[in-house]
Amino acid sequence: MDELLRDFLTETHENLDVVDVELVQFEREPNNREILAKVFRLVHTIKGTCSFVGLPRLEALAHAAEALMGRFRDGMPVTTDAVSLILSTIDRIKDILDALEHSAQEPPGADDDLIGALDRMAERAAAPAPAKAAPAERRDDSPLKAATLRVQVDTIEQLMTMVSELVLTRNQLLDIARRHDDTEFKAPLARLSHVTVELQERVMKTRMQPIGNAWSKLPRMVRDLAHELGKEIDLEMHGGDTELDRQVLEQIRDPLTHMVRNAADHGIETTAERNAAGKPGRATIRLSAFHQGGNIIVELSDDGRGLNAERIRAQAVTQGIVSAEEAEKLGDAQVHKLIFTPGFSTAAAVTSVSGRGVGMDVVQNNIDEIGGTIDVKTQRGRGTTFTIKIPLTLAIVSALIVECQGERFAVPQLAVVEVVMSETNAEHRVEPIHDSRVLRLREQLLPLESLRTLLQPAPLAPASQEDGFIVVMQVAGRGFGIVVDQVLHTEEIVVKPLSAKLRQVGLFSGSTILGDGSVILILDPNGAAAAVGVPLETTSITIERAAETKSEAEQPVSLIVFRAGSAEPKAVPVALVTRLEVIDAREIEQSGGRAMVQYRGSLMPLVSLSAAATKREGRQPLLVFIDRGRAVGLLVDEIVDIVEEPLDIKVASRTPGVLGTAVLGGRATEIVDIGYLLPQGFEDWFRRKDMRADALGRRVLFVDDSAFFRTMLVPVLQAAGYAVTTASGGHEALAIVQKEGRFAAIVSDIEMPEMNGFELAEALKSNPRTAHIPLIALSSFDTPPTLQRAREVGFRAFIAKFDRERLIAALSEPAADWVEAA
Amino acid sequence: MIEHGDIEYVTVTVGTQTFGVPIRRVQDVFQPERLTRVPLAPFEIAGLINLRGRIVTLIDMRRRLDLAPRDPGTRPMAVGVEQRGESYGLLVDAVGEVLKLSAESRDSNPLNLDPCWSRVAAGVHRLEDRLLVVLDVDKVLDVKVDALAA
Repeated sequence: MDELLRDFLTETHENLDVVDVELVQFEREPNNREILAKVFRLVHTIKGTCSFVGLPRLEALAHAAEALMGRFRDGMPVTTDAVSLILSTIDRIKDILDALEHSAQEPPGADDDLIGALDRMAERAAAPAPAKAAPAERRDDSPLKAATLRVQVDTIEQLMTMVSELVLTRNQLLDIARRHDDTEFKAPLARLSHVTVELQERVMKTRMQPIGNAWSKLPRMVRDLAHELGKEIDLEMHGGDTELDRQVLEQIRDPLTHMVRNAADHGIETTAERNAAGKPGRATIRLSAFHQGGNIIVELSDDGRGLNAERIRAQAVTQGIVSAEEAEKLGDAQVHKLIFTPGFSTAAAVTSVSGRGVGMDVVQNNIDEIGGTIDVKTQRGRGTTFTIKIPLTLAIVSALIVECQGERFAVPQLAVVEVVMSETNAEHRVEPIHDSRVLRLREQLLPLESLRTLLQPAPLAPASQEDGFIVVMQVAGRGFGIVVDQVLHTEEIVVKPLSAKLRQVGLFSGSTILGDGSVILILDPNGAAAAVGVPLETTSITIERAAETKSEAEQPVSLIVFRAGSAEPKAVPVALVTRLEVIDAREIEQSGGRAMVQYRGSLMPLVSLSAAATKREGRQPLLVFIDRGRAVGLLVDEIVDIVEEPLDIKVASRTPGVLGTAVLGGRATEIVDIGYLLPQGFEDWFRRKDMRADALGRRVLFVDDSAFFRTMLVPVLQAAGYAVTTASGGHEALAIVQKEGRFAAIVSDIEMPEMNGFELAEALKSNPRTAHIPLIALSSFDTPPTLQRAREVGFRAFIAKFDRERLIAALSEPAADWVEAA
Repeated sequence: MIEHGDIEYVTVTVGTQTFGVPIRRVQDVFQPERLTRVPLAPFEIAGLINLRGRIVTLIDMRRRLDLAPRDPGTRPMAVGVEQRGESYGLLVDAVGEVLKLSAESRDSNPLNLDPCWSRVAAGVHRLEDRLLVVLDVDKVLDVKVDALAA
């Protein structure tokens, strides 16, 4: 196929996807001239290119569609029939393009049917008001074009492969350098190392594509389905510009499409049913994507009928997935997860189980393959939310290197909760129950298996009582432990897929080459979970039940545990840390009495927790915090672990920079106050040029019962220029408002003892003096009923805790409508 | 597929038998080092090695042909091949010369050949002093199906 034709095909495909989306939008807003102009221009471009490349069939179709759209422009009323006709024309164009792609020729055939219909519709409109011929737009394509370059995907893939090799070679060199002290290539090697990291990031960046690319066909699909099924459905899409690795994007495109189709088809009730249930006739499917602590979260929620736990339970029993007794014991949340079980979905399920089980195991499978997880939350009659969590990049991940019987394996950090020692008398006890062993870890009982046994199944392996390290992992909410002989270190590894012959093994998800050149296998957390025997939630029911009733203060928070300055462990929430970096200590420069380092092309200030002198050489780990384009590095001695635990600050601290002490992994750990540390990096942290002039001096009341969140978020608000008053509960907040009056906004937690956020909002709204104050809800619970309730009691926005940017954005938009960013 | 003309083979030895691997399938010949065993893998798979930054899956031809294990003192050689973009290595006892043989002079597999062998063999050439069994690389790599059939 010649270059010209290939370019034409790529461009036209992209244009058509846009036309699809825009037309659906246009149908809803027929008076929006802007959309019409855009669609018209695109179709015109397609027509123009077709005639230029010499494709008469396509040209004729595009011409007829363009003519009809010209009538719209002249004021012909936009009807569903007319839009449908144009959409079918676009489908025909796509068919022809597909054939063109295969044979490099327009397929034979006639389009008189469509062209005739288009013409007739255009004439009908033209009859009353003989319109002038559609004025051809002669505008040339956008001048932006020169700034971008079309590159074959293969080229990028090859580049990525080469960069991976470069990373490996670099690791090997570093390994050699470590073994030979005092070599003259240390300095150039450090430079090479940095250039490699930079190159790797840039190349990965080129592979990134906005997730919106995978969504482009959805509006059209939902529109068609809604028409077909007699439903009214709005598809809302948020965060379409969130970027994903191209490979990952390809993997989730189909699952997402499938899930949106399911939502429209089965999740949403008919308009009549909705009306009968007292819900608005028009349903909403919301798709959103955003970053969260090193992951990309894709959420799909609908306000439809929700999953029917009873019917899923019955179906699962019928299909032999769980026994009737087991099904009885399962909580609803666990029953909902049964829809992901392989084999659950059958054609029968389509009609009998609200249909939502269809193909969900396939969805789960695709998501597994990219190392992601999927979860579902639902409420009868209110709707369903699916949450897909995807690791940011596939090719390079952080892994824990462990040893078992002299062989090393990599365990992806993403799945590791913590590492504990197994000793017979320790507080984490390993206890036998018949043939199996469990780990008693604080309040949990976790199934336990040694890696040795997994690698060499019985009867060969004796069930030994070995002491070792237990890697506690969690997959889809299920915890389990794997006993290994040694935990060596963590390393950023380049994931190499296993060859087809080895994928069937199931226990491994890939392999990688370590710095010393040896190949090791990457343990697949999902495969390990299955091998340990946790296919369902049954094993950890008690734990999950307990967790469900926990209050928010006990909700687990992901924390990075590190050492800095002293032997005591310290921790900060992962959500606040942008990156973990390791630099060569010799690169630290002193400037004006401050430590700085060159970081991504600019100088990054470094702060430390102790006055002790910083290292002069060697590896220097850093936690990098980036807040609106400004980076600050916190010097630490060693990153110990990432744990997920309820954050319960037992002892408040008087030391500046430390919030207090909490017990993490059984050890007293200091929780570091980032709000205190960061301003040390920039003297002007609180007097920034980008501080919002409109925010200056505006008073905000911040209500939260958790001292941790108060301390964490107040500096953020202050940094944005607000004057912040805090209250630790609803009653205190009311008293402050009564006494001090004018607040520009009140930001309140929802889950609080005595008077919760809803009650506070109701109290404020019922008093005419305070009813006008904008309210913003802050919560980590975002179930549809919570959102609904928040909206009802008068909150203007709903923000997830830790989402500083959205919080600031919500505060600065005085007239904003309901904002949901939880 | 019927092939005509001369075909070049890389000859290899497994046990006492000489085999020919079509040279157009051969990427390279190397001495494997630092083999990583893959627990739970099919029996024929010897493990993984790092070949200049590429990870190569090695198939032990002795196991594939149901022969006795190699003497632990000897160092095997490997013939690198590719299938669908993935790198594999056939672990053999020794690699010999390259022979150019006429496709017309190739005999089909003898009827009494061990089924385990005939599954991977694509005919036999009569050399002056011995027989050369032509290996069908794709069938050799078809480890999973064989394991199921067995």
